Amino acid sequence: MTIGTLVFGVAFIVALGSAIAMLFARNAVHVALFLVAAQVALALTFLLQGAFFVAAVQIIIYAGAIMVLFLFVVMLLGVDRSEALVEPLPFQRPLALGLGALLAAGILYLAVAGIDAASTITGDGSGALLALNRDPGNVLALARVLFSRYLLPFEATSALLVAAIVGVMVLARRVGSISAVAPRISPAEEREVA
Amino acid sequence: MTEVAPSYFLVLAALLFSIGVVGALTRRNAIVIFMFIELMLNAVNLVFVTFSRMWGNLDGQVLVFFVLVVAAAEAVVGLAIILLITRRRESANVDDAHLLRW
Amino acid sequence: MREAGLAPFIVGLPLLGAVVLLVFGRRIGRASGLIASGAIGLAFVLGVITFARLLGLPAEEREATQRVFDFITVGDFSTGVSLLVDQLSVVMVLVVTGVGTLIHIYSISYMAGDPRYSRFFGYLNLFAAFMLLLVLGDNLLLLYVGWEGVGLCSYLLIGFWFERPIAATAAKKAFLVNRVGDFAFMIGIFVLFVSLGTLDLLAINANAAAMGAGLSTAAGLLLFLGATGKSAQIPLYVWLPDAMEGPTPVSALIHAATMVTAGVYMVARLSPVFEASGGAALTVVGYVGALTALWAALMASAEYDIKRVLAYSTISQLGYMFLALGVGAYSAAIFHLVTHAFFKALMFLGAGAIMHVLGGEVDMRRMSGLRRAMPIVAYTFAAGVLAISGIIPFAGFFSKDAILASAWIEGNFLLWGIGTVTALLTAFYMARLYIRVFEGRLETPEGTHAHDAPALMAAALIPLGVLSVIGGVINLPGLVTLEHFLEPALGESEVPTGVLTFLLPGLALVAGAAGLFIGRRLYMGEGAEARRARLVAAGGPLVEAARNKFYVDRIYAATIVAPGRALASFCADVLDGRGIEGVVNGTATFIGRSSQSLRHLQTGYVRTYGVTFLFGVVLVFGFLLTRVVLA
Repeated sequence: MTIGTLVFGVAFIVALGSAIAMLFARNAVHVALFLVAAQVALALTFLLQGAFFVAAVQIIIYAGAIMVLFLFVVMLLGVDRSEALVEPLPFQRPLALGLGALLAAGILYLAVAGIDAASTITGDGSGALLALNRDPGNVLALARVLFSRYLLPFEATSALLVAAIVGVMVLARRVGSISAVAPRISPAEEREVA
Repeated sequence: MTEVAPSYFLVLAALLFSIGVVGALTRRNAIVIFMFIELMLNAVNLVFVTFSRMWGNLDGQVLVFFVLVVAAAEAVVGLAIILLITRRRESANVDDAHLLRW
Repeated sequence: MREAGLAPFIVGLPLLGAVVLLVFGRRIGRASGLIASGAIGLAFVLGVITFARLLGLPAEEREATQRVFDFITVGDFSTGVSLLVDQLSVVMVLVVTGVGTLIHIYSISYMAGDPRYSRFFGYLNLFAAFMLLLVLGDNLLLLYVGWEGVGLCSYLLIGFWFERPIAATAAKKAFLVNRVGDFAFMIGIFVLFVSLGTLDLLAINANAAAMGAGLSTAAGLLLFLGATGKSAQIPLYVWLPDAMEGPTPVSALIHAATMVTAGVYMVARLSPVFEASGGAALTVVGYVGALTALWAALMASAEYDIKRVLAYSTISQLGYMFLALGVGAYSAAIFHLVTHAFFKALMFLGAGAIMHVLGGEVDMRRMSGLRRAMPIVAYTFAAGVLAISGIIPFAGFFSKDAILASAWIEGNFLLWGIGTVTALLTAFYMARLYIRVFEGRLETPEGTHAHDAPALMAAALIPLGVLSVIGGVINLPGLVTLEHFLEPALGESEVPTGVLTFLLPGLALVAGAAGLFIGRRLYMGEGAEARRARLVAAGGPLVEAARNKFYVDRIYAATIVAPGRALASFCADVLDGRGIEGVVNGTATFIGRSSQSLRHLQTGYVRTYGVTFLFGVVLVFGFLLTRVVLA
């Protein structure tokens, strides 16, 4: 058993455990914290597979920025609210569990049985990836791919982000501030409307 | 590079994804549902990284960035919507918003 | 084959006039009458030029077609808008444009003040264009286009005063009755096309003998049924008397001089087809014509409406023409067609002048002695009466005599007999009409003041009156100019010889004179009333039946219209109302009911949708997976 296997085992257990714990945590803050744990564990698996930069981004942006945003909203809406355990919709839980299990079974089958078939096509790319990480370095190699072959999608994501920012600003404005901008209705018109 | 076979990572991803699905469908708090969706996206990221390793190139890792961007945008807009709903209905429970029906 | 020269313009001018008037008529206003008259007048001039050019050619070269443009080309079949100028069509063109021009001029005065003045002239020009297309078209398709076109114009013009329900009904009746004939005509065209493979008139005539007796009889009878519709013969004549609801110039132009003669023209044009049947089709044509002549003359004798008398008279005279066609005297039929166009148009226009000054009055019992008030109308009308009665030397004498003589020569004495009796009846009812209206003490309906026809009306009446007097010149016995002219197109016809040369015309003249004399005895002078009463008593049921138009309209109503209506209401109420609507409404109700229960699937819970979505994902995923595994 090498150190890599050991690290994977730990990451595996932490990620899966946190995910399951998310299912049962009643408090939203706890759910968020378990998610952070799972994401950190996932960052470990990224590291194990030579994706150093992605792992760093995973921790900084996902586990850091996005989760802070989540926690912020949770706090804004009130921490003390916790969900009731009673499921109001009939069949929702058994259906979700059953179908989820079926889905998992399908993907697992693919992951275990199909991956061998896939390996015959791809071969083991570990060596090539190691070489890339060593020679130009992970970040540099990544940047070269991102800014050459994926330049157009990259630019497109910038448009997506701008749209998201504008959308959020429109959505989050207080109703009062909207009416302040909207044309005022004269008293006569108001009576007419009434 | 680890000697752990790619299948193991994929198995982890499959399990996390399925847990995400079940959680998104069974929980009622909108924010929590969102977190499960983030979990599913993370599982997908893991798959991309694993495939990147199998092919021996960096395309999979680049795709992780795109998933990340989309997830960020989606989280921001989604949270804003949740915020609005909560402001109006005093609840983040998705079951409370079921007016649009027969 | 030479080009037909001016023919396209003869058709084109009235068509152009119609388009201009129907599109810009409202803006043109008063000038419409002049434009329309000018268009057809110019067409007449072109017709005369064409005629003169034909005369300048040797007889066997007087035939030319001109393709204006291709109309339909399917595979190796091709038919085009091409016009045929020969002796027959040029005669028809002259009649249509000549009489048409006079009637257009007459209408300027007659229709003055009508709110749809320019539309009337647009229709008239359109009619002229279609009629000219009918007579000039060199193939059956074009002839049919013209045939339907004049039917349409007839419908539009009968119902020109559509505010009056009776006019609208009459227009509808004319259209529907014609439809029966047109359908048969169309099938006849199909028969000819299937058996000969061409629609070209000259080609059909050249190959008609090859069709065989059976097919040509069928084709001939179907074509003739079409002719009975357009030319108002038994059994489809019922629309023509009702068509008198239209403006009187329309009655003169369409329902006396031109359109109703289309059937005569068509049969004459396709005479080889009729002859190919070995006489069967021609016999039917002859007897139907003779019967119609007699039948309509009887009804005319009992009618009080002056326009309807003229309508029945038209039917009767058209019967004469078909009688002539039936005995193979095609040029005699065309001759009578020409003279009839003169004197019948004349009498219609005269009747129109009377109506014009008497406030639309048509009942001859309410008028008398008009000769004193309107001498021009009276004397021209008298010329028409003498012409139709067959009095020498008026135009009708020669044409009617030619027909009767042909029947005799053909050895068909029955037809000759019917024709002669009809000639007597014709003279009688015309004398009755004339004496009642124009002779005796001057009487007019209250509130009207009789005065003579206005200048423009007189301008149409006088030339027609002159033509009624001298129209026979074109085919004087011994000279037989028209027949010689038509011979290359219609074939030779026999001329009486020896003692018959004088005996047959003499008999016809005696019949006509006797009719006039009987009319005078019954309607003029001392004791006329008493003699009339005795005749009615003697005639008994015949007079009664004739007054009721022999109940034909009622019989048609009971046997054809009523079952048709029953079938229509069955289709509308039961078949459509319950059957089709039941299926439609049933489908709607079924969908509605099932949707009522299905809509509950839409709970509004986003998580329910999520599970449904997941179900779909699992399903598709599973499907793909099984394909992978099985592969």
